[in-house]
Amino acid sequence: MLTCREAAQLLLDSLDGELPLRQRIALRIHLLMCKLCPRFRRQILFLKETLNQYRLEGVGEGLFASESLSAEARGRIQRALAGGSNNP
Amino acid sequence: MEKESEGSAHVIDPEVWLKEYGDFLFRYALVRLRNREAAEDLVQETFLAALRGKEKFKGEAAEKTWLVGILKHKIVDHFRKSSREFPMTDLLSSNGPEEDFFDGKGKWKVEPATWADSPKETLEKKEFWKKLEGCILGLPSRLGQVFSLREFEGMASEQICNVLKISATNLGVLLYRARMRLVRCLETNWFGKKREGE
Repeated sequence: MLTCREAAQLLLDSLDGELPLRQRIALRIHLLMCKLCPRFRRQILFLKETLNQYRLEGVGEGLFASESLSAEARGRIQRALAGGSNNP
Repeated sequence: MEKESEGSAHVIDPEVWLKEYGDFLFRYALVRLRNREAAEDLVQETFLAALRGKEKFKGEAAEKTWLVGILKHKIVDHFRKSSREFPMTDLLSSNGPEEDFFDGKGKWKVEPATWADSPKETLEKKEFWKKLEGCILGLPSRLGQVFSLREFEGMASEQICNVLKISATNLGVLLYRARMRLVRCLETNWFGKKREGE
């Protein structure tokens, strides 16, 4: 029987690819008998789902939504681009 | 006649790039690099690389997607350089007691709570992105890099190990820590907040 520590490790590992059959079975048995690890599994799935959403629609919409390039940086980039197009 | 030529040949205008995509690329880089100057530099490098490689842009993908693709490479290069200057080995030796979420018998020290569904409404989502980014930015910088390469750049384990010069075992340890911390952080900063507000 897996400990919760081992089960949590397998749940996190499963984010990076399918687990071998033996581990999958051991994990399933643990999840059936444990009260807390199914909650952790749900947390992991939440994380996975929200990260997917973030990649699709959250980029630039969070903490930095109102951040922009400084005027100075903008000017510098503009000059670099003008120079770059003159000397290809 | 004019319309036809507009449709067939894609016009590249760096001025328009800067205006249309400059801030987006900047924000994209900022959340990954945590440093304004570095983010600004990479935006500039991205535009210059795009200008040099404009012949390669066939207009098959959206211009924005193409530029983000270039920026991603720049970010990976940035991490590669910084891992050369500051190797990651130091990080792995520090495994304080706060890192262990389990007791000696392998049982949870702090019981995981029951989480509600992920946010569905636009406003709630925006609030959530802030908390999520806050939690990611709260990771120690090396954990943040590992997490960013995996979850944002979607890189395979082998590539990440190659970029950051770490072993597969170490990558596993770092990803484990990063994800555990994120879960705990969201529990406090997203669900904790929600429960108070209910």
